[in-house]
Amino acid sequence: MTPLLELDQVSYAYHSRNGETYALSDISFQVQQGEFIAIVGPSGCGKSTLLSLISGLLVPESGSVLFGRTLQERKTKEGKKTFPETDSGEKLCSRIGYMLQRDHLFEWRTIYENVVLGLEIQHRLNEDAKMRVDKMLMDYGLYRFRSAKPSELSGGMRQRAALIRTLALDPELLLLDEPFSALDFQTRLSVCDDVAQILRREKKTAILVTHDLSEAVSMADRIIVLTRRPARIRTILEMKFEQKNLTPLERRNAPEFKDYFNVLWRELNSRDLGERS
Amino acid sequence: MEKRKEISMTQETYLKNLQHRQYRITAIQLLIFVLFLLLWETAVQLGWIDGFIFSSPSRVLKTFGSMWTDRSIFLHTGITLAETLISFILVVAIGTGAAVLLWYNTELSEILEPYLVVLNSLPKSALAPLLIVWLGANMKSIIVAGMSVAIFGTILNLYTGFGETDPDEIKLIYTLQGTKKDVLTKVILPGSLPLMLSVMKVNIGLCLVGVVIGEFIGARQGLGYLIIYGSQVFKLDWVIMSIVILCIIAMVLYSILNLVEKRCLRGRIK
Repeated sequence: MTPLLELDQVSYAYHSRNGETYALSDISFQVQQGEFIAIVGPSGCGKSTLLSLISGLLVPESGSVLFGRTLQERKTKEGKKTFPETDSGEKLCSRIGYMLQRDHLFEWRTIYENVVLGLEIQHRLNEDAKMRVDKMLMDYGLYRFRSAKPSELSGGMRQRAALIRTLALDPELLLLDEPFSALDFQTRLSVCDDVAQILRREKKTAILVTHDLSEAVSMADRIIVLTRRPARIRTILEMKFEQKNLTPLERRNAPEFKDYFNVLWRELNSRDLGERS
Repeated sequence: MEKRKEISMTQETYLKNLQHRQYRITAIQLLIFVLFLLLWETAVQLGWIDGFIFSSPSRVLKTFGSMWTDRSIFLHTGITLAETLISFILVVAIGTGAAVLLWYNTELSEILEPYLVVLNSLPKSALAPLLIVWLGANMKSIIVAGMSVAIFGTILNLYTGFGETDPDEIKLIYTLQGTKKDVLTKVILPGSLPLMLSVMKVNIGLCLVGVVIGEFIGARQGLGYLIIYGSQVFKLDWVIMSIVILCIIAMVLYSILNLVEKRCLRGRIK
Protein backbone atom coordinates (compact mmCIF):
# COMPACT_ATOMS: atom_id res chain seq x y z
CA MET A 1 0.00 0.00 0.00
CA THR A 2 1.41 3.37 -0.97
CA PRO A 3 1.58 5.73 1.94
CA LEU A 4 -0.20 9.08 1.87
CA LEU A 5 2.87 10.91 3.04
CA GLU A 6 6.53 10.06 3.02
CA LEU A 7 9.40 12.00 4.52
CA ASP A 8 12.82 10.98 3.32
CA GLN A 9 15.87 12.17 5.26
CA VAL A 10 14.49 15.62 5.79
CA SER A 11 16.78 18.20 7.40
CA TYR A 12 16.15 21.82 8.16
CA ALA A 13 18.03 24.71 9.75
CA TYR A 14 16.98 28.26 10.58
CA HIS A 15 19.36 30.96 9.48
CA SER A 16 19.85 34.30 11.14
CA ARG A 17 22.63 36.85 11.46
CA ASN A 18 23.74 35.25 14.71
CA GLY A 19 24.23 31.87 13.14
CA GLU A 20 22.21 28.89 12.18
CA THR A 21 20.03 26.67 14.30
CA TYR A 22 19.69 23.08 13.25
CA ALA A 23 16.06 22.22 13.84
CA LEU A 24 15.61 18.85 12.18
CA SER A 25 18.07 16.29 11.02
CA ASP A 26 17.51 13.20 8.93
CA ILE A 27 13.81 12.68 9.57
CA SER A 28 12.21 9.81 7.68
CA PHE A 29 8.77 8.29 8.20
CA GLN A 30 5.64 7.33 6.35
CA VAL A 31 2.00 7.99 7.09
CA GLN A 32 -0.69 5.65 5.81
CA GLN A 33 -4.12 6.71 4.68
CA GLY A 34 -6.47 7.11 7.65
CA GLU A 35 -3.73 6.96 10.28
CA PHE A 36 -3.53 9.21 13.30
CA ILE A 37 0.09 10.07 14.08
CA ALA A 38 1.24 11.97 17.14
CA ILE A 39 4.63 13.64 17.34
CA VAL A 40 6.09 14.25 20.78
CA GLY A 41 9.45 15.54 21.87
CA PRO A 42 11.17 17.95 24.25
CA SER A 43 9.92 21.51 23.94
CA GLY A 44 11.58 23.56 21.25
CA CYS A 45 12.83 20.49 19.42
CA GLY A 46 11.37 21.46 16.08
CA LYS A 47 7.99 19.75 16.16
CA SER A 48 6.22 22.72 14.66
CA THR A 49 8.94 23.10 12.05
CA LEU A 50 8.21 19.57 10.98
CA LEU A 51 4.57 20.44 10.37
CA SER A 52 5.53 23.56 8.45
CA LEU A 53 7.74 21.40 6.23
CA ILE A 54 4.98 18.88 5.62
CA SER A 55 2.49 21.61 4.81
CA GLY A 56 4.89 23.25 2.38
CA LEU A 57 5.16 26.52 4.31
CA LEU A 58 8.85 25.72 4.61
CA VAL A 59 11.01 23.88 2.09
CA PRO A 60 13.48 21.31 3.47
CA GLU A 61 17.18 22.07 3.06
CA SER A 62 17.82 18.48 2.12
CA GLY A 63 15.70 15.40 1.78
CA SER A 64 12.20 15.33 0.42
CA VAL A 65 8.59 15.47 1.53
CA LEU A 66 6.35 13.41 -0.72
CA PHE A 67 2.63 13.62 -0.55
CA GLY A 68 -0.38 12.29 -2.37
CA ARG A 69 -1.20 9.19 -4.36
CA THR A 70 1.52 9.80 -6.88
CA LEU A 71 3.98 10.81 -4.17
CA GLN A 72 5.11 13.40 -6.60
CA GLU A 73 8.34 14.98 -5.53
CA ARG A 74 8.40 18.52 -4.43
CA LYS A 75 11.29 20.62 -5.51
CA THR A 76 13.74 21.45 -2.77
CA LYS A 77 15.39 24.76 -3.08
CA GLU A 78 18.34 25.33 -0.85
CA GLY A 79 17.92 27.98 1.78
CA LYS A 80 14.58 29.09 0.45
CA LYS A 81 12.45 30.01 3.41
CA THR A 82 9.71 32.00 1.78
CA PHE A 83 6.18 30.76 1.62
CA PRO A 84 5.38 29.08 -1.67
CA GLU A 85 3.35 31.01 -4.19
CA THR A 86 -0.05 29.69 -5.06
CA ASP A 87 -0.03 30.70 -8.69
CA SER A 88 2.23 27.82 -9.65
CA GLY A 89 -0.68 25.62 -10.60
CA GLU A 90 -2.24 22.98 -8.39
CA LYS A 91 -0.19 22.77 -5.27
CA LEU A 92 0.38 19.57 -3.41
CA CYS A 93 -0.34 21.17 -0.12
CA SER A 94 -3.78 22.40 -1.15
CA ARG A 95 -4.94 19.05 0.16
CA ILE A 96 -3.28 19.54 3.52
CA GLY A 97 -5.16 21.27 6.32
CA TYR A 98 -3.22 22.95 9.12
CA MET A 99 -4.61 23.78 12.52
CA LEU A 100 -2.57 26.18 14.62
CA GLN A 101 -2.16 26.36 18.38
CA ARG A 102 -4.57 29.22 18.82
CA ASP A 103 -7.78 29.50 16.85
CA HIS A 104 -7.07 32.97 15.41
CA LEU A 105 -10.72 33.56 14.63
CA PHE A 106 -10.93 37.13 13.38
CA GLU A 107 -12.99 39.39 15.58
CA TRP A 108 -14.13 41.45 12.58
CA ARG A 109 -15.78 38.41 11.04
CA THR A 110 -18.74 36.41 12.26
CA ILE A 111 -18.24 32.73 13.04
CA TYR A 112 -19.64 31.82 9.64
CA GLU A 113 -17.37 34.28 7.85
CA ASN A 114 -14.43 32.91 9.81
CA VAL A 115 -15.28 29.33 8.97
CA VAL A 116 -15.46 30.00 5.22
CA LEU A 117 -12.23 32.05 5.20
CA GLY A 118 -10.23 29.30 3.51
CA LEU A 119 -12.91 28.67 0.90
CA GLU A 120 -13.08 32.39 0.25
CA ILE A 121 -9.31 32.63 -0.22
CA GLN A 122 -9.26 29.67 -2.60
CA HIS A 123 -12.34 30.94 -4.46
CA ARG A 124 -14.17 27.72 -3.71
CA LEU A 125 -17.14 29.19 -1.90
CA ASN A 126 -19.85 27.60 -4.07
CA GLU A 127 -23.27 26.23 -3.11
CA ASP A 128 -21.81 22.79 -2.52
CA ALA A 129 -19.20 24.06 -0.10
CA LYS A 130 -21.73 26.26 1.68
CA MET A 131 -23.96 23.25 2.27
CA ARG A 132 -21.06 21.24 3.61
CA VAL A 133 -20.11 24.07 5.97
CA ASP A 134 -23.71 24.44 7.15
CA LYS A 135 -23.88 20.72 7.81
CA MET A 136 -20.66 20.76 9.80
CA LEU A 137 -21.83 23.78 11.79
CA MET A 138 -25.00 21.87 12.61
CA ASP A 139 -23.19 18.62 13.41
CA TYR A 140 -20.76 20.30 15.75
CA GLY A 141 -23.31 22.48 17.51
CA LEU A 142 -22.27 25.86 16.14
CA TYR A 143 -25.08 26.56 13.70
CA ARG A 144 -26.84 28.73 16.26
CA PHE A 145 -23.73 30.88 16.58
CA ARG A 146 -22.94 31.34 12.92
CA SER A 147 -23.57 35.08 13.03
CA ALA A 148 -22.02 35.56 16.47
CA LYS A 149 -18.67 37.22 17.06
CA PRO A 150 -15.82 34.89 18.07
CA SER A 151 -15.52 36.63 21.45
CA GLU A 152 -19.02 35.43 22.32
CA LEU A 153 -17.93 31.78 22.12
CA SER A 154 -16.21 29.62 24.70
CA GLY A 155 -12.69 28.32 24.12
CA GLY A 156 -13.90 24.88 23.14
CA MET A 157 -16.44 26.23 20.69
CA ARG A 158 -13.84 28.50 19.14
CA GLN A 159 -11.52 25.56 18.66
CA ARG A 160 -14.31 23.60 16.99
CA ALA A 161 -14.98 26.57 14.70
CA ALA A 162 -11.29 26.61 13.81
CA LEU A 163 -11.49 22.89 13.04
CA ILE A 164 -14.46 23.43 10.73
CA ARG A 165 -12.51 26.21 9.02
CA THR A 166 -9.77 23.67 8.32
CA LEU A 167 -12.11 20.82 7.36
CA ALA A 168 -14.19 23.07 5.06
CA LEU A 169 -11.35 22.79 2.55
CA ASP A 170 -11.77 19.03 2.61
CA PRO A 171 -8.09 18.25 3.22
CA GLU A 172 -6.73 14.74 2.81
CA LEU A 173 -4.19 15.23 5.55
CA LEU A 174 -4.71 17.25 8.69
CA LEU A 175 -1.85 18.80 10.63
CA LEU A 176 -2.65 19.70 14.24
CA ASP A 177 -0.11 21.90 16.02
CA GLU A 178 -0.93 21.58 19.74
CA PRO A 179 -4.48 22.62 18.96
CA PHE A 180 -5.68 22.06 22.52
CA SER A 181 -2.87 23.67 24.46
CA ALA A 182 -4.68 26.97 24.86
CA LEU A 183 -7.68 25.32 26.52
CA ASP A 184 -8.21 24.56 30.18
CA PHE A 185 -7.98 20.92 31.18
CA GLN A 186 -11.72 20.18 31.32
CA THR A 187 -12.43 21.72 27.94
CA ARG A 188 -9.32 20.14 26.59
CA LEU A 189 -10.48 16.61 27.34
CA SER A 190 -13.89 17.11 25.80
CA VAL A 191 -12.67 19.01 22.73
CA CYS A 192 -10.02 16.36 22.26
CA ASP A 193 -12.76 13.74 22.31
CA ASP A 194 -14.88 15.79 19.90
CA VAL A 195 -12.07 16.31 17.47
CA ALA A 196 -11.02 12.66 17.48
CA GLN A 197 -14.57 11.60 16.70
CA ILE A 198 -14.97 14.23 14.01
CA LEU A 199 -11.75 13.11 12.36
CA ARG A 200 -12.76 9.48 12.59
CA ARG A 201 -16.17 10.23 11.11
CA GLU A 202 -14.65 12.23 8.25
CA LYS A 203 -12.01 9.50 7.79
CA LYS A 204 -9.14 11.96 7.88
CA THR A 205 -5.47 11.24 8.15
CA ALA A 206 -3.95 13.42 10.84
CA ILE A 207 -0.62 14.35 12.37
CA LEU A 208 -0.81 15.82 15.86
CA VAL A 209 2.05 17.67 17.48
CA THR A 210 1.75 17.80 21.26
CA HIS A 211 3.82 18.02 24.41
CA ASP A 212 1.07 16.27 26.36
CA LEU A 213 2.00 12.59 26.52
CA SER A 214 -1.41 11.40 27.70
CA GLU A 215 -3.02 13.28 24.84
CA ALA A 216 -0.72 11.54 22.39
CA VAL A 217 -1.45 8.09 23.85
CA SER A 218 -5.19 8.74 23.94
CA MET A 219 -5.48 9.85 20.33
CA ALA A 220 -2.75 8.34 18.18
CA ASP A 221 -2.29 5.09 16.25
CA ARG A 222 1.45 5.66 16.22
CA ILE A 223 3.62 8.06 18.18
CA ILE A 224 6.83 9.47 16.78
CA VAL A 225 9.26 10.45 19.53
CA LEU A 226 11.80 13.12 18.62
CA THR A 227 15.11 13.85 20.33
CA ARG A 228 16.37 17.20 21.47
CA ARG A 229 17.44 19.73 18.85
CA PRO A 230 18.51 19.05 16.17
CA ALA A 231 15.62 16.63 16.30
CA ARG A 232 16.00 13.11 15.01
CA ILE A 233 13.49 10.33 15.30
CA ARG A 234 14.25 8.51 18.51
CA THR A 235 11.63 5.85 18.16
CA ILE A 236 8.19 5.21 16.73
CA LEU A 237 5.71 3.55 19.08
CA GLU A 238 2.63 1.77 17.90
CA MET A 239 -0.45 2.07 20.12
CA LYS A 240 -2.25 -1.26 20.17
CA PHE A 241 -5.35 -1.24 22.31
CA GLU A 242 -7.21 -4.49 22.70
CA GLN A 243 -10.51 -2.77 22.05
CA LYS A 244 -10.69 -1.01 18.73
CA ASN A 245 -12.21 2.40 18.08
CA LEU A 246 -11.98 3.73 21.59
CA THR A 247 -12.53 7.45 22.02
CA PRO A 248 -9.66 9.35 23.65
CA LEU A 249 -11.54 9.44 26.96
CA GLU A 250 -12.21 5.71 26.85
CA ARG A 251 -8.58 5.07 26.03
CA ARG A 252 -7.54 6.96 29.11
CA ASN A 253 -9.39 4.32 31.11
CA ALA A 254 -8.11 1.35 29.14
CA PRO A 255 -5.56 -0.88 30.92
CA GLU A 256 -2.90 -0.38 28.23
CA PHE A 257 -2.96 3.39 28.65
CA LYS A 258 -0.71 3.48 31.69
CA ASP A 259 1.88 1.18 30.11
CA TYR A 260 2.13 3.19 26.93
CA PHE A 261 2.35 6.36 28.94
CA ASN A 262 5.25 4.96 30.95
CA VAL A 263 7.09 3.73 27.89
CA LEU A 264 6.71 7.15 26.32
CA TRP A 265 7.82 8.85 29.52
CA ARG A 266 10.95 6.70 29.69
CA GLU A 267 11.77 7.35 26.05
CA LEU A 268 11.52 11.08 26.56
CA ASN A 269 13.44 11.20 29.82
CA SER A 270 16.30 8.81 29.21
CA ARG A 271 19.79 10.25 29.48
CA ASP A 272 20.88 9.77 25.92
CA LEU A 273 18.06 11.90 24.60
CA GLY A 274 20.43 13.85 22.44
CA GLU A 275 21.82 10.67 20.90
CA ARG A 276 20.38 8.54 18.24
CA SER A 277 18.69 5.44 19.56
CA MET B 1 -35.58 40.45 47.39
CA GLU B 2 -34.98 43.00 50.10
CA LYS B 3 -31.29 42.63 49.66
CA ARG B 4 -31.55 43.20 45.97
CA LYS B 5 -33.51 46.37 46.57
CA GLU B 6 -30.79 47.55 48.93
CA ILE B 7 -28.15 47.00 46.27
CA SER B 8 -30.19 48.81 43.70
CA MET B 9 -30.54 51.71 46.12
CA THR B 10 -26.79 52.04 46.58
CA GLN B 11 -26.45 51.66 42.86
CA GLU B 12 -29.00 54.42 42.47
CA THR B 13 -27.09 56.78 44.73
CA TYR B 14 -23.93 55.88 42.88
CA LEU B 15 -25.51 56.71 39.54
CA LYS B 16 -27.01 59.87 40.94
CA ASN B 17 -23.62 61.00 42.22
CA LEU B 18 -22.09 60.22 38.86
CA GLN B 19 -24.77 62.26 37.15
CA HIS B 20 -24.27 65.21 39.52
CA ARG B 21 -20.57 65.11 38.93
CA GLN B 22 -21.14 65.25 35.19
CA TYR B 23 -23.52 68.20 35.53
CA ARG B 24 -21.04 69.99 37.75
CA ILE B 25 -18.23 69.55 35.25
CA THR B 26 -20.33 70.77 32.33
CA ALA B 27 -21.61 73.73 34.33
CA ILE B 28 -18.13 74.83 35.35
CA GLN B 29 -16.87 74.42 31.80
CA LEU B 30 -19.63 76.70 30.53
CA LEU B 31 -19.08 79.13 33.38
CA ILE B 32 -15.38 79.51 32.55
CA PHE B 33 -16.29 80.24 28.95
CA VAL B 34 -18.93 82.82 29.81
CA LEU B 35 -16.78 84.48 32.49
CA PHE B 36 -13.89 84.73 30.07
CA LEU B 37 -16.07 86.42 27.45
CA LEU B 38 -17.56 88.77 30.06
CA LEU B 39 -14.17 89.70 31.45
CA TRP B 40 -12.82 90.33 27.97
CA GLU B 41 -15.80 92.48 27.01
CA THR B 42 -15.76 94.53 30.24
CA ALA B 43 -12.01 94.99 30.06
CA VAL B 44 -12.40 96.54 26.63
CA GLN B 45 -15.51 98.56 27.56
CA LEU B 46 -13.82 100.02 30.66
CA GLY B 47 -10.67 100.76 28.74
CA TRP B 48 -8.37 98.35 30.68
CA ILE B 49 -7.15 97.02 27.36
CA ASP B 50 -7.27 98.52 23.90
CA GLY B 51 -10.16 97.11 21.85
CA PHE B 52 -8.35 98.05 18.66
CA ILE B 53 -5.57 95.58 19.44
CA PHE B 54 -7.32 93.00 21.58
CA SER B 55 -10.72 93.14 19.85
CA SER B 56 -13.70 92.04 21.94
CA PRO B 57 -16.53 89.52 21.77
CA SER B 58 -18.98 92.16 20.58
CA ARG B 59 -16.60 93.42 17.88
CA VAL B 60 -15.99 89.86 16.71
CA LEU B 61 -19.73 89.28 16.55
CA LYS B 62 -20.25 92.50 14.64
CA THR B 63 -17.54 91.59 12.13
CA PHE B 64 -19.03 88.16 11.77
CA GLY B 65 -22.47 89.70 11.13
CA SER B 66 -21.23 92.06 8.43
CA MET B 67 -19.20 89.33 6.72
CA TRP B 68 -22.25 87.09 6.88
CA THR B 69 -24.36 89.68 5.07
CA ASP B 70 -21.78 90.25 2.35
CA ARG B 71 -21.30 86.47 2.16
CA SER B 72 -17.48 86.77 2.31
CA ILE B 73 -17.36 84.60 5.45
CA PHE B 74 -18.70 81.64 3.51
CA LEU B 75 -16.05 82.04 0.87
CA HIS B 76 -13.14 82.11 3.31
CA THR B 77 -14.45 79.35 5.55
CA GLY B 78 -15.51 77.23 2.59
CA ILE B 79 -12.12 77.53 0.90
CA THR B 80 -10.21 76.54 4.03
CA LEU B 81 -12.59 73.70 4.74
CA ALA B 82 -12.41 72.38 1.18
CA GLU B 83 -8.61 72.55 1.13
CA THR B 84 -8.43 70.75 4.45
CA LEU B 85 -10.80 67.98 3.39
CA ILE B 86 -9.08 67.46 0.04
CA SER B 87 -5.65 67.26 1.62
CA PHE B 88 -7.03 64.95 4.32
CA ILE B 89 -8.55 62.56 1.78
CA LEU B 90 -5.35 62.58 -0.25
CA VAL B 91 -3.27 61.92 2.87
CA VAL B 92 -5.43 58.94 3.82
CA ALA B 93 -5.36 57.52 0.29
CA ILE B 94 -1.69 58.12 -0.48
CA GLY B 95 -0.55 57.32 3.07
CA THR B 96 -2.35 53.98 3.10
CA GLY B 97 -1.14 53.18 -0.41
CA ALA B 98 2.46 53.97 0.47
CA ALA B 99 2.29 51.99 3.73
CA VAL B 100 0.93 48.98 1.83
CA LEU B 101 3.70 49.30 -0.73
CA LEU B 102 6.36 49.42 2.00
CA TRP B 103 4.76 46.40 3.66
CA TYR B 104 4.84 44.50 0.37
CA ASN B 105 8.47 45.28 -0.20
CA THR B 106 10.52 45.16 2.99
CA GLU B 107 13.72 46.01 1.18
CA LEU B 108 12.17 49.17 -0.21
CA SER B 109 11.00 50.13 3.27
CA GLU B 110 14.47 49.63 4.69
CA ILE B 111 15.91 51.77 1.91
CA LEU B 112 13.39 54.58 2.43
CA GLU B 113 13.24 54.51 6.22
CA PRO B 114 15.87 57.20 6.98
CA TYR B 115 14.30 59.54 4.44
CA LEU B 116 10.84 59.07 5.90
CA VAL B 117 12.13 59.64 9.42
CA VAL B 118 13.89 62.86 8.43
CA LEU B 119 10.94 64.14 6.43
CA ASN B 120 8.61 63.30 9.30
CA SER B 121 10.63 65.20 11.90
CA LEU B 122 11.24 68.18 9.62
CA PRO B 123 9.12 71.20 10.59
CA LYS B 124 6.79 71.23 7.62
CA SER B 125 6.18 74.98 7.80
CA ALA B 126 9.72 75.27 6.45
CA LEU B 127 8.52 73.64 3.26
CA ALA B 128 5.58 75.96 2.68
CA PRO B 129 7.52 78.85 1.06
CA LEU B 130 9.20 76.38 -1.29
CA LEU B 131 5.89 74.86 -2.27
CA ILE B 132 4.47 78.28 -3.09
CA VAL B 133 7.44 79.07 -5.31
CA TRP B 134 7.38 75.70 -7.01
CA LEU B 135 3.65 75.19 -7.41
CA GLY B 136 2.46 78.80 -7.50
CA ALA B 137 0.27 80.75 -5.11
CA ASN B 138 -2.82 78.67 -5.69
CA MET B 139 -5.01 76.08 -4.10
CA LYS B 140 -2.76 73.26 -5.32
CA SER B 141 0.22 74.34 -3.25
CA ILE B 142 -1.96 74.94 -0.20
CA ILE B 143 -3.40 71.44 -0.44
CA VAL B 144 0.12 70.06 -0.79
CA ALA B 145 1.18 72.13 2.23
CA GLY B 146 -1.69 70.58 4.19
CA MET B 147 -0.66 67.11 3.08
CA SER B 148 3.01 67.64 3.82
CA VAL B 149 2.28 68.02 7.53
CA ALA B 150 0.44 64.72 7.86
CA ILE B 151 1.63 62.37 5.13
CA PHE B 152 4.97 61.13 6.48
CA GLY B 153 3.67 60.46 9.95
CA THR B 154 0.75 58.58 8.44
CA ILE B 155 3.00 56.36 6.35
CA LEU B 156 5.30 55.59 9.28
CA ASN B 157 2.46 54.95 11.70
CA LEU B 158 0.52 52.69 9.38
CA TYR B 159 3.60 50.80 8.24
CA THR B 160 4.64 50.17 11.84
CA GLY B 161 1.09 49.13 12.67
CA PHE B 162 0.98 46.70 9.75
CA GLY B 163 4.21 45.17 11.00
CA GLU B 164 2.74 44.52 14.43
CA THR B 165 0.20 42.05 13.11
CA ASP B 166 0.39 38.69 14.89
CA PRO B 167 2.68 36.50 12.74
CA ASP B 168 0.46 33.51 13.50
CA GLU B 169 -2.53 35.26 11.95
CA ILE B 170 -0.45 35.71 8.82
CA LYS B 171 0.64 32.08 9.00
CA LEU B 172 -3.02 31.09 9.18
CA ILE B 173 -3.69 32.73 5.81
CA TYR B 174 -0.74 30.88 4.30
CA THR B 175 -1.93 27.57 5.74
CA LEU B 176 -5.22 28.23 3.96
CA GLN B 177 -3.18 28.59 0.75
CA GLY B 178 -3.56 32.36 0.67
CA THR B 179 -1.16 34.71 -1.07
CA LYS B 180 0.44 37.87 0.23
CA LYS B 181 -2.49 39.76 -1.22
CA ASP B 182 -4.86 37.67 0.91
CA VAL B 183 -2.75 38.45 3.96
CA LEU B 184 -3.17 42.13 3.16
CA THR B 185 -6.90 42.11 2.50
CA LYS B 186 -8.00 39.52 5.06
CA VAL B 187 -5.70 40.29 8.00
CA ILE B 188 -3.56 43.40 7.76
CA LEU B 189 -6.14 45.91 6.55
CA PRO B 190 -9.15 44.80 8.63
CA GLY B 191 -6.88 44.30 11.63
CA SER B 192 -5.45 47.80 11.26
CA LEU B 193 -8.81 49.54 11.02
CA PRO B 194 -8.69 50.87 14.62
CA LEU B 195 -5.18 52.20 14.00
CA MET B 196 -6.21 53.79 10.69
CA LEU B 197 -9.12 55.55 12.34
CA SER B 198 -6.99 56.93 15.15
CA VAL B 199 -4.36 58.07 12.65
CA MET B 200 -7.13 59.79 10.70
CA LYS B 201 -8.28 61.60 13.83
CA VAL B 202 -4.80 63.05 14.27
CA ASN B 203 -4.49 63.81 10.56
CA ILE B 204 -7.55 65.99 10.20
CA GLY B 205 -6.08 68.45 12.69
CA LEU B 206 -2.63 68.30 11.10
CA CYS B 207 -4.08 68.96 7.64
CA LEU B 208 -5.86 72.03 8.99
CA VAL B 209 -2.56 73.28 10.43
CA GLY B 210 -0.80 72.76 7.10
CA VAL B 211 -3.53 74.44 5.13
CA VAL B 212 -3.49 77.52 7.38
CA ILE B 213 0.31 77.74 7.09
CA GLY B 214 -0.04 77.52 3.32
CA GLU B 215 -2.67 80.25 3.32
CA PHE B 216 -0.44 82.50 5.42
CA ILE B 217 2.12 82.52 2.67
CA GLY B 218 0.34 82.32 -0.60
CA ALA B 219 -3.40 82.80 -0.72
CA ARG B 220 -5.96 85.41 -1.54
CA GLN B 221 -8.77 83.60 0.18
CA GLY B 222 -9.29 81.43 3.22
CA LEU B 223 -9.11 81.90 6.97
CA GLY B 224 -5.31 81.77 7.02
CA TYR B 225 -5.22 84.59 4.50
CA LEU B 226 -7.75 86.52 6.59
CA ILE B 227 -5.56 86.15 9.68
CA ILE B 228 -2.40 87.33 7.96
CA TYR B 229 -4.11 90.12 6.07
CA GLY B 230 -6.03 91.22 9.17
CA SER B 231 -2.86 91.41 11.24
CA GLN B 232 -1.10 93.43 8.54
CA VAL B 233 -3.85 96.04 8.27
CA PHE B 234 -4.60 95.96 12.01
CA LYS B 235 -8.10 94.55 11.55
CA LEU B 236 -7.66 92.28 14.55
CA ASP B 237 -11.38 91.56 14.66
CA TRP B 238 -10.82 89.51 11.50
CA VAL B 239 -7.93 87.67 13.07
CA ILE B 240 -9.78 86.75 16.25
CA MET B 241 -12.92 85.80 14.37
CA SER B 242 -10.94 83.57 11.99
CA ILE B 243 -9.26 81.86 14.92
CA VAL B 244 -12.65 81.21 16.52
CA ILE B 245 -13.97 79.75 13.26
CA LEU B 246 -10.84 77.57 12.97
CA CYS B 247 -11.51 76.30 16.50
CA ILE B 248 -15.05 75.39 15.53
CA ILE B 249 -13.95 73.69 12.29
CA ALA B 250 -11.32 71.65 14.14
CA MET B 251 -13.86 70.60 16.77
CA VAL B 252 -16.54 69.64 14.25
CA LEU B 253 -14.19 67.66 12.01
CA TYR B 254 -12.75 65.81 14.98
CA SER B 255 -16.14 64.89 16.36
CA ILE B 256 -17.30 63.66 12.96
CA LEU B 257 -14.31 61.33 12.81
CA ASN B 258 -14.95 60.29 16.39
CA LEU B 259 -18.47 59.27 15.41
CA VAL B 260 -17.19 57.41 12.36
CA GLU B 261 -14.72 55.58 14.57
CA LYS B 262 -17.41 54.57 17.05
CA ARG B 263 -19.63 53.33 14.24
CA CYS B 264 -16.88 51.33 12.55
CA LEU B 265 -15.62 49.68 15.70
CA ARG B 266 -18.99 48.95 17.24
CA GLY B 267 -19.03 45.47 18.70
CA ARG B 268 -15.41 44.87 17.98
CA ILE B 269 -13.21 43.91 20.88
CA LYS B 270 -9.54 44.34 20.30
